[in-house]
Amino acid sequence: MKLALGPVLYYWDRDTMLSFYDEMADAPVDIIYLGETVCSRRHLLRLQDYLDMAERLAAAGKEVVISTQTLIESEYDVKTLRKIAENENFRVEANDMGAVRLLANKLPFVAGSTLNIFNPQTLDLLAGLGASRWVMPVEMSREALVSVLRNRQSGIETEVFAYGRLPLAFSARCFTARHHNLQKDDCQFKCLDYEDGLALKTREGQPFLTLNGIQTQSALVHNLIGELDTLQDAGIDVVRVSPQAHHTGEILRLFREGMEQRLTSAQALAQIEGLMPAASCNGYWHGKPGLDFIRNNPLATV
Amino acid sequence: MQPDKIELVCPAGSLPALKTAVDNGADCVYMGFRDDTNARNFTGLNFGFDNAKEGVRYAHAKGKKVLLALNTYPQDEGWQRWTKAIDNAAELGMDAVILADPGLMQYAAKTHPDLRLHLSVQGSATNYEAINFYHEMFGIQRAVVPRVLALAQVEQLMAGTEVEIELFGFGGLCVMVEGRCALSSYATGDSPNTRGVCSPPKSVRWQETPKGLESRLNGILIDRYDADENAGYPTLCKGRFDVQGETYYAIEEPASLNTLELLPELVRMGIAAIKIEGRQRSPAYVEQVTKVWRQAIDNCLRDKSTFAVKPAWMTELGKVSEGQQQTLGAYYRPWK
Repeated sequence: MKLALGPVLYYWDRDTMLSFYDEMADAPVDIIYLGETVCSRRHLLRLQDYLDMAERLAAAGKEVVISTQTLIESEYDVKTLRKIAENENFRVEANDMGAVRLLANKLPFVAGSTLNIFNPQTLDLLAGLGASRWVMPVEMSREALVSVLRNRQSGIETEVFAYGRLPLAFSARCFTARHHNLQKDDCQFKCLDYEDGLALKTREGQPFLTLNGIQTQSALVHNLIGELDTLQDAGIDVVRVSPQAHHTGEILRLFREGMEQRLTSAQALAQIEGLMPAASCNGYWHGKPGLDFIRNNPLATV
Repeated sequence: MQPDKIELVCPAGSLPALKTAVDNGADCVYMGFRDDTNARNFTGLNFGFDNAKEGVRYAHAKGKKVLLALNTYPQDEGWQRWTKAIDNAAELGMDAVILADPGLMQYAAKTHPDLRLHLSVQGSATNYEAINFYHEMFGIQRAVVPRVLALAQVEQLMAGTEVEIELFGFGGLCVMVEGRCALSSYATGDSPNTRGVCSPPKSVRWQETPKGLESRLNGILIDRYDADENAGYPTLCKGRFDVQGETYYAIEEPASLNTLELLPELVRMGIAAIKIEGRQRSPAYVEQVTKVWRQAIDNCLRDKSTFAVKPAWMTELGKVSEGQQQTLGAYYRPWK
C-alpha cells in the first residue's frame, strides 16, 4: 500500500501553507494531493502557486496530483477547472463530473470521493474514460467496497480516506460567515481564524460537526490506523491522510510504520491519540453510523 | 416567438396523492417504487408495480406525464433491484426516469434506448460541464439542478448546455448540495445516497424533559423546545446547535423554499419545469400546493409582465410550510 496526503481542506495563510509543504517534501509520504477543493474565495494561493509547489514536491520524489474544487458554481470556477485540466505535467483528481468531462480520454486522472462511485458498473465506466485511481465515498463500508472490487473488470487503483475529519457535506452557504453574521460575498475570510475548522456542538455539549466554510465536517476524526490489516485485506492500494494544523508529519510517520508492520495496530492507535484534535471514529468502515468507533481487535482493549 | 411555457411537476407519494396532483393541475407527477431505489424510502410511502400501473393509466388518460425517481446510488449487492426498476419503468410506459448513478444511466441507455432520462438533483450537477457529461454519455434530456445556485448562476449554466433545466420551486429545502451530503449516515448510518433516507424516522426519539421537549436522532440532541415553541421534525441540518457559546440554527432554519415571486423570471429564462418537493407529504398538501402553483403559472403565462403574487396564494402555501416560514433559498444570493 502507498501513503497519500490529501489536499489541505482549511484556509491557512500563505506562509503557513508554504512551510507546511516544505515539511511534507521530507515526510514519509508517496503521493501529495494539492489544490483548493472547498471555496473559490480562498485566494492566498493561486493555481500557479500550487503548480510551482507541485514542481518542488515532484523534484523531492513525490507523486503530485492537483485536486479540483468540489462545488463548481460560477463561470469563474469552470475557467479554473479548465486550466487545471489543461495542465500537462500533473495528474488531476476530479471532484465533480464537470472535471471528468474535461479530463476524459486525455491523461489518466483520479476519480475523487465526491463522484459517488458505489458500484462496479460506474467504476468501470470511469476507468474506461481514463481514471487510473478512484477514492471511495467516505460513507462506504468495507463490505460494500469488497463487493465492488470483486465484481469490477478494470484494474484501477483504490484509495481510501483513512485519517482526518470527514468531509461530509458541501453547501452554497458559508456556515463560517453565517456564524459571524456575514454574507458569503463579504465573508472577511473568517476561515483564516480556524486552522482546524469551527466546532459545532449539540446543546448538551457533545461535539458533533465542524464548520469549514461551505464544507461541513465531522467533529470526530475518522481514523483507520487500527485497521491497516483490514485495509490491506480489502485490496486497498492507497491510504489517505487529511492534513490538520499540527502533527501531520508525525501522523504520516505512524501510518508508515503501521503499514510496514513496525508498529502493531494497537501500538499505532495508542501513539496517535495524543496527536489528534479530537477523538477517533471509524463507524463507516464497519457499516455503522460514521461517528461510531469500533475496535478492530477486541483483545487490544483493556 | 415561441409562446411561454413551463411545466409543473408535482410529488406523488401514493396513488391518492397522484390522482390529487393530476386533478388539480399538475403537468407531470413523479413517484418512486417501494424500496431503496428512490430518495424517499419511507414506510407506507411509494408504489408497487400494480399501483404504479394504475397511476400511469390515470395520468395518461388525462394527458399528464409520469416520471419515476430511481435516484439513489445502487449498492453492488442490490444492483439487480435497480436494473429491474428500470425495466419496470419501461414496461409501465413511464415518460421518463430520474437517475443519479452513471452506471445505471448506462444500463438504461443501452437496454431501453427509447426511455427518456432525466438527471436527478442527487447527481449534484451544478455546472454545464457536468450536465453535458451526462448528456453526451447517456443522452439525458433534462437536469434537475441542486438548490444551491443563485438565479444568475442558473442562467449562466443554461447558456452552456442544450439540456432542459428543471428547478425546485417549493417545499423542503436541502441546504447542502444534494448527493454530496453524508450528514445523515454520519449520525444514523443511513443517508440519501446509500439508503434513500435523510434523518430516518426509525432513529428519531422525542423526550419530555424538565428543560423542554427534546428531539434526538440516534441519541444526538438535535433541538430542544420551550413550551411556547412549535416542535419540528428533527432533520439534522435544521436543529439548534452551539457554536462558540452561541445557540442558534447554525446550518439552516426550518423553512420551506417558495419561489412564487420568481416565476416571471423563471419563465423568461426558459426553465423547462418547476418541481414541487414533498412525496412524503399528504394528499392534502399536494392538493393545496398544486392548486396555487397551477393558478400562478397560468396567470404568469398569460402575461408575465403584469404577474403579481396574490397574498391568498402565500397564505395557502404558508400553511403547509415547514415552521410556517418561507425562503427564496440560494436563488437569492444574500441567503448564502
